[in-house]
Amino acid sequence: MSPFSGAVTRAAEAVPTAVAASGTFQLIWLLIALPLAGAAILLLAGRRSDRWGHWLGVLASTASFVVAVVLFVGLLGESADQRTITQHLFDWIAVGTFDVPVDLRLDQLSMTFVLLITGVGTLIHVYSVGYMSHDRDRRRFFGYLNLFVASMLLLVLADNYLLLYVGWEGVGLASYLLIGFWYFKDTAAVASKKAFVVNRVGDVGLSLAVMIMFVTFGSVTFDGVLGSASQASEQSLTWIGLALLLAAAGKSAQFPLQSWLLDAMEGPTPVSALIHAATMVTAGVYLIVRSGAIFDAAPAARTAVIVVGAITLLMGAIIGCAKDDIKKALAGSTMSQIGYMILAAGLGPVGYSFAIFHLLLHGFFKADMFLGAGSVMHGMNDQVNMRRYGALRTVMKVTWITFACGWLAILGVPPFAGFYSKDKIIEAAFSVSTAAGIVTLLGAGITAFYMTRLFAMTFHGEARWHDDAHPHESPWIMMFPVAVLALLSAVAGFVLNYNNMFVDWLEPVTHGVEPSLSVAGWVVPTTALVLVAIGAALAWIPYATRPVPLVAPAGNLLTRAARADLYGDAVNEAVFMRPGQYLTRWLVWFDNRVVDGVVNGTAATIGGLSGRTRRLQTGFVRSYALSMLGGAAVVAAALVLVRL
Amino acid sequence: MTNSYWLLALLVVPLVGAAAVMLVPRANERLAKQLALVVSLVVFGLTVAMCAQFVVAQAADFQFVYSVSWISSYNINFALGVDGIALVLIALSTSLVPVVLLAGWHEADGARGSVRGYVALILVLEAAMVGVFAATDLFLFYVFFEAMLVPVYFLIGRYGGPRRNYAAVKFLLYSLFGGLLMLASLLGLYVVSGDITGHGTFDFTQLAALANQIPPDTQKWLFVGFFVAFAIKAPLVPFHTWLPDAAAESTPGTAVLLVGVLDKVGTFGMLRYCLELFPGASHWATPLVIVLAVAGIIYGALQAIGQSDIKRLIAYTSVSHFGFIALGVFVMTTQGQSGSALYMVNHGFSTAALFLIAGFLISRRGSRLVDDFGGVQKVAPILAGTFLVAGMSSLALPGLSSFVSEFLVLVGTFERYTWVGVVATLGIVLAALYILLMYQRTMTGPTPDVVTEKVHDLRGREVLAIAPLLVVIVALGFYPKPVLDVVNPAVDRVMHAVGATDPAPQVAPVAEGTAK
Repeated sequence: MSPFSGAVTRAAEAVPTAVAASGTFQLIWLLIALPLAGAAILLLAGRRSDRWGHWLGVLASTASFVVAVVLFVGLLGESADQRTITQHLFDWIAVGTFDVPVDLRLDQLSMTFVLLITGVGTLIHVYSVGYMSHDRDRRRFFGYLNLFVASMLLLVLADNYLLLYVGWEGVGLASYLLIGFWYFKDTAAVASKKAFVVNRVGDVGLSLAVMIMFVTFGSVTFDGVLGSASQASEQSLTWIGLALLLAAAGKSAQFPLQSWLLDAMEGPTPVSALIHAATMVTAGVYLIVRSGAIFDAAPAARTAVIVVGAITLLMGAIIGCAKDDIKKALAGSTMSQIGYMILAAGLGPVGYSFAIFHLLLHGFFKADMFLGAGSVMHGMNDQVNMRRYGALRTVMKVTWITFACGWLAILGVPPFAGFYSKDKIIEAAFSVSTAAGIVTLLGAGITAFYMTRLFAMTFHGEARWHDDAHPHESPWIMMFPVAVLALLSAVAGFVLNYNNMFVDWLEPVTHGVEPSLSVAGWVVPTTALVLVAIGAALAWIPYATRPVPLVAPAGNLLTRAARADLYGDAVNEAVFMRPGQYLTRWLVWFDNRVVDGVVNGTAATIGGLSGRTRRLQTGFVRSYALSMLGGAAVVAAALVLVRL
Repeated sequence: MTNSYWLLALLVVPLVGAAAVMLVPRANERLAKQLALVVSLVVFGLTVAMCAQFVVAQAADFQFVYSVSWISSYNINFALGVDGIALVLIALSTSLVPVVLLAGWHEADGARGSVRGYVALILVLEAAMVGVFAATDLFLFYVFFEAMLVPVYFLIGRYGGPRRNYAAVKFLLYSLFGGLLMLASLLGLYVVSGDITGHGTFDFTQLAALANQIPPDTQKWLFVGFFVAFAIKAPLVPFHTWLPDAAAESTPGTAVLLVGVLDKVGTFGMLRYCLELFPGASHWATPLVIVLAVAGIIYGALQAIGQSDIKRLIAYTSVSHFGFIALGVFVMTTQGQSGSALYMVNHGFSTAALFLIAGFLISRRGSRLVDDFGGVQKVAPILAGTFLVAGMSSLALPGLSSFVSEFLVLVGTFERYTWVGVVATLGIVLAALYILLMYQRTMTGPTPDVVTEKVHDLRGREVLAIAPLLVVIVALGFYPKPVLDVVNPAVDRVMHAVGATDPAPQVAPVAEGTAK
């Protein structure tokens, strides 16, 4: 009996009845089609569209957001149990009983994502108009961004796992293209390839999950799989769960597939904000929450999810503490925060809603901070080393204040956003397992340390700028989106938590249950806040009040390990890459010398055919004639035999 | 039964075209090429018109049947006809020929042979390709099977790269060896059919009907002859080493027809002839074939990763893909076999795109070595972009055509042989590696001066040749239905012939539209 099995109280009918799309809801497909058309035009029209391309990109994303709002209003007009809308577009693959349509599903969960993707996506499109204004390939950048938005929407709107896979890999492609956007830099090209390949390892998980689903249920649609989950054996469900976890680990940079995310910071900063913080990397959380009916009945898989989330949560936080590169510190933080979400999703029905709640709010505050970092870089000649920052609050007031909102939000200081979601995750974790609870609490403390360190090194203390740096505030077209995100970081948690609004909205999909704790309600939030205060103070004192050395001190063993990403790459290199290179080199030799050698040797023996070209040239006609003759002889002999 | 002349027309028009091309004065290369292109477009148009006449509901039966007695004393007929699978493969062949002619407009310039000879050989090859897929008499099939070798031999040997002679002879001897084994089996089959019914036949349908009456041991011997011939043609590991040599030394256009179409005769033959004529032996051989196929998937991919020559690299990716196709055929599930049939089509288009674009790149720089490139995206963004799309198709990116077929093969494998499916799935990681490594090393990073100097972007003619391929790759990724609809009934026929049924799911599926 698993220690987590007590958490399952989900009713047998796991999937709400779907309603076929009619009226306003027939617009669902437009959500995807608009940015897809934008991408197609921008990428096919080429340089002809350079002048207006970025505005078309913004327009496509905005239009999709408008459709999203219209659909959201439409959903609010329906009663809670009528909010699962499906739209059949066309038949896709049908072979035997393997029948997969192109169907979309809009429900509370996908609607939440659609609003996040198109909303934050549009803000980041606007920001990029300014951020990328000096890049001669700005149009191509917007083409890729549109492609990303379309793929991500397909991912969350797909009504079956195979169509989800298309979106899943589509965002991977967009991520690949955008990490490698500055393809002329070797580092960017290598990082983009790495991201794709590591994600492919995760895709093996998704492929296998879909295959096990088909073998188990004879279907890969959400209704067909999730609706019948209770009838399948626990073993099958566990395997599906583990395969889905592998997929989630790849896309969401969770242990042991975390290594690509830090390198992904090679991409332009708006990409880091949109894809590698707010949306794409959270797809793994979506996948697990969406597949809740499977995990509910597979406690071992849930345990694995919790363990992976917990490990990544701590790993990311520790890495975040040691990085001097502002984007890498934020990337470590993203890993860690997604670790929270994955862990919460692994808790089962007590955690699903909070996983998504945290995901949404993290989307706001992390995008806010990444764009803030982009604004700092914009003003500092693309400097990313925080040891060369300091005192920027004096010259970049708007960036400073907006960043502060994100900082307070991730720390979980009430009433800023993170408080409402992270606290709930910690409570839910304690209700399921004390160990998981302690990890989340610990993580909160470390988070406070590294974020405060980052904030203090960047905006406070003394100026440590290079002589040629003339920091200045970024233009309004960049700061307006940041301000909106800062506002959301400040108030969204409070507003959405009011009256339990958000959790109730998701309830028909997540079947959330309140965590039951054995301690009084104030104990967990208070402990968390105390830890956060300690963590923040530990960072504030050395980094804001004392001089920060320009060159990083040697540091202790843990610091050095954290700087090396806890040796994730070293392990990959030693275990996979180098042996792999030896293997392929040896195999090429083997194929040329041994396999082909046998072939040529045989040929030489039989037909007097040597490997020397000269003899081949002269010997060819004879050997060909000989073969033909041989063939004819066989034919003749056989025909004679037949007659007999 | 009245004869249909569609297939005969597809055979005759290219041959007449080839003859006409040879009548063009040797010096007027342009006219020869234009004439050949027009002929290939006419054939393509005929194919489209023929496909429109195809009765999808009866895709398991041979349609457009044409049959005349050829060598009556041995009951050999000149018999043509297509089921759904043969139809799509003919469509693949005749649609690739104009693309190859257009893309390779200057391929034969300055070669040892004449330009008119080059395009005429391609048209002859087209006729042979149509014939090999359309033949419903086994003797006729064999004739086309061997006839294909002749134009390819000359295409490689007279128009290829530095080691063309070695590659051409190797290709020819390897193929002849397989062909002879098949011939022996073919004649054996004729004898056996005579023993059973009293009068021997080469007619496929009649032979298939006798399949279960052939004694098991005889079946195994006959099966081996056919299978080895097909395994060489397809090629399966360890019979593959002629392919990288042949593909690397031939012109890109020849490589496209060789790897994209000709090799499909091997997997097509496995699906139609091995399985339907020797069902018992096919089941007997299944474990071995599956091992070879999966080994091919992984081995071909690892070889591709290790190659330093772009064309050899692409050839090895095809070895890996042929592993998938053979796997799908022999797992004996409808998903596997329909997936394989679709894979043959998709692989044709995506490999064509890869070979042709690589050819554009190689001819500009004058080198086939990956290391001689770098940063091409900067000087030739369209070339780089189309290469990436073709590469993504090769690595079976969901949303592009290869994904559908590859996933069908995988799921079809997994439902019968769980662990084989798992191992084969690992191939998708290796595929990402070989494509992206090549892309990274050729297209990204700093651009060396020599690349800036020599490599310019695609021109109008080249774009015109590549664009249809990419359109098909995307279109079949989202809408494979037209191909699957005609392939599925034929696969059901094969499944029935080998006496295989799909495994049932563990949980009885909920009927469509039923509320829970």
